[in-house]
Amino acid sequence: MSTDTATLPVGRYAYDQVDRTFLSQRVAQFREQVNRRIAGDLSEDEFKPLRLMNGLYLQLHAYMLRVAVPYGMMGSDQMRALAHIARTYDRDYGHFTTRQNVQFNWIRLEDTPDILEHLARVNMHAIQTSGNCIRNVTCDEFAGAAADELLDPRIHAEILRQWSTLHPEFSFLPRKFKIAISGSPHDRVAARFHDIGLVARPGPQGRPVFDVFVGGGLGRTPIIGVQLRDNLPEEDLLAYLEAIVRVYNAYGRRDNMYKARIKILVQALGVEQFREKVDAEFALMNRADYRLDPAIVDGIRARFGIPDLAAPADAAQKLAADRRADPAFDRWVRTNTHPHRNDGFICAVVSVKPDGGIPGDVTADQMDLIADLADGWSFGEIRVTHMQNVVLGHVRKDRLRDLWHKLVAAGLGTPNIGLVGDIIACPGLDYCALANARSIPIAQKLSARFADPELQERIGRLNINISGCINACGHHHAGHIGILGVDKRGEEFFQLTLGGSAGNDVAIGQIIGPALPEDETVDAIARLIDTYLVLRQGDEQFIDTYRRLGAASFKDAVYAPA
Amino acid sequence: MPLLENGHIVDDAWVTVAGDDPIPATGAVIVPFARLEEGLARAGDAPLGVAIGPDVDVALLRPALPRLGLVAVTFTSFRDGRAFTQARALREHLSFTGEIRATGTPLPDQYEFMLRCGITTVQTERPEAVSVWQQAHEIISVAYQPSILHERVQGLGFRRFVS
Repeated sequence: MSTDTATLPVGRYAYDQVDRTFLSQRVAQFREQVNRRIAGDLSEDEFKPLRLMNGLYLQLHAYMLRVAVPYGMMGSDQMRALAHIARTYDRDYGHFTTRQNVQFNWIRLEDTPDILEHLARVNMHAIQTSGNCIRNVTCDEFAGAAADELLDPRIHAEILRQWSTLHPEFSFLPRKFKIAISGSPHDRVAARFHDIGLVARPGPQGRPVFDVFVGGGLGRTPIIGVQLRDNLPEEDLLAYLEAIVRVYNAYGRRDNMYKARIKILVQALGVEQFREKVDAEFALMNRADYRLDPAIVDGIRARFGIPDLAAPADAAQKLAADRRADPAFDRWVRTNTHPHRNDGFICAVVSVKPDGGIPGDVTADQMDLIADLADGWSFGEIRVTHMQNVVLGHVRKDRLRDLWHKLVAAGLGTPNIGLVGDIIACPGLDYCALANARSIPIAQKLSARFADPELQERIGRLNINISGCINACGHHHAGHIGILGVDKRGEEFFQLTLGGSAGNDVAIGQIIGPALPEDETVDAIARLIDTYLVLRQGDEQFIDTYRRLGAASFKDAVYAPA
Repeated sequence: MPLLENGHIVDDAWVTVAGDDPIPATGAVIVPFARLEEGLARAGDAPLGVAIGPDVDVALLRPALPRLGLVAVTFTSFRDGRAFTQARALREHLSFTGEIRATGTPLPDQYEFMLRCGITTVQTERPEAVSVWQQAHEIISVAYQPSILHERVQGLGFRRFVS
């Protein structure tokens, strides 16, 4: 077996020959399945679960291929492969998703085996990016870099990725199953809006322990997950997750796809009875078979490349001087960076949401440029965020201004991270067969309306989330301002929810009143924000003012005559 | 499709009793779960099997298992994965060592999953040639998690070779 440890990719697991063998077999298997479909040996009904297990959806106008980016981490070589696919098989662009994946919206069925083969060359795939199985495990976008992190969750994210890959028992669950993992006390993964959310921290003997949340989710029935277990020892992580998913597989509803997620089972049984079932399964298991031995964890950890964080002693002073010299750069540093654990470094967030743009869309040329910038500034490492942006995790402070110049020149330097322009939107009726309304135009209009960076910064932290239907792919329930597209007698209307949050202060947004016509929605939100600016006290953010005053104070603004 | 074991066609020694049909007095028979008591009451020690639907809690079989040579699990649809959990629980929790047979309409592409959950034979109502099932059995040689087959670990993590 080849070990090829010469150059390990920074921040993610390095495939070896066995992993590559697996991927090439998987591509061959899908090629054979596509051939059976094209020959008519498989009906569309039978082919559907097979293509979904390989990330291939049938959308409104074409097939969509969703490529897995495990825990949001990829290398510059992988980003270049995505650029190649965008150019060769799609319309010159791709789209970053809220599950930290990348999707292509204009794919032909007969091309997909070749696309998967191209991806396999850079150790990428589309396995389990859809279907009723365990989906891509998501992770903190500042993992392994953030100053506030207690431990790097990516090692365990990789262990869960491997464990869940073609899991023999859990590939035909009642419904999809999403796991997120964080190693920071500041929840940036929406742990309590996942089927399973894991929050890791150091425990006894330096080994991690996990708080396990279960039964959270958005969709048609938004529910905040409950804590099923605290201080789960690392060695029991897989056994305990097996127990949870077994209980779900056995008892989750299969008669109604809208009531099939684990959150519905947890609500129906009640958390105590659900926990009893999980504990009973856990007690019966031969735990030695599932024991996550420290040696196994350390073996996986050894396959991760570590960045050599060497910076000049005056890197921080150089950045401070650069900021004083250039107010526009200073603004971008305020909004688009995150503190790094090493004082000579900083995490830079590349906004993929230009003023008036489509959230998450990236052209092939931009992908190539991001790859080049990652090579030049961040050890070739790229992170896709659940906010549909990109993070370069380890940028030397004295070189940050050079990076910013390159980003600005490419239209990737918009200073709007966490602000009103940093909108999450689902693909909506422009692409999706399920949608009732177009999400993208609302996002574009809002983004253009609030383009002024000074205004955005004055408004402060404000998450706007837009979903084109009640399936809530734009996570509108979790937005400070949520926008839900609904159909009223063939017309597109938008319903506003206020007060949602996906972080430590997790909350589900509340509907403020009747849905608004498309052409009144943006004005209503502008009045809402104006009202907040008048009502805010001190350094309150929108969510603080809303929580202090409640919805009533904003209702008049939303429904005032135009 | 004929009865499949480890990717090969084998003779079927069992007779499946459908619905309310009389249970033969001799020979290896598979009775529906609802008629398990009747099957157990049969004179002599001829082999007995039971066919269960996906909603049956296999723990209910515990008292009868020492007398059972076969449990048939049912894929009422290939989408319904409960039979995987039933098979795995029969092996892991109930230490059942007899034949576990998949029936119904699973896809050939699920064959490897079945084997790794403890299913040993397959008798489907589907039209595929045996060769499609054999290919599905052989196409993927790597797995990433423990299974009841206890395959030997290969290097990193829980990774092992199958097939």
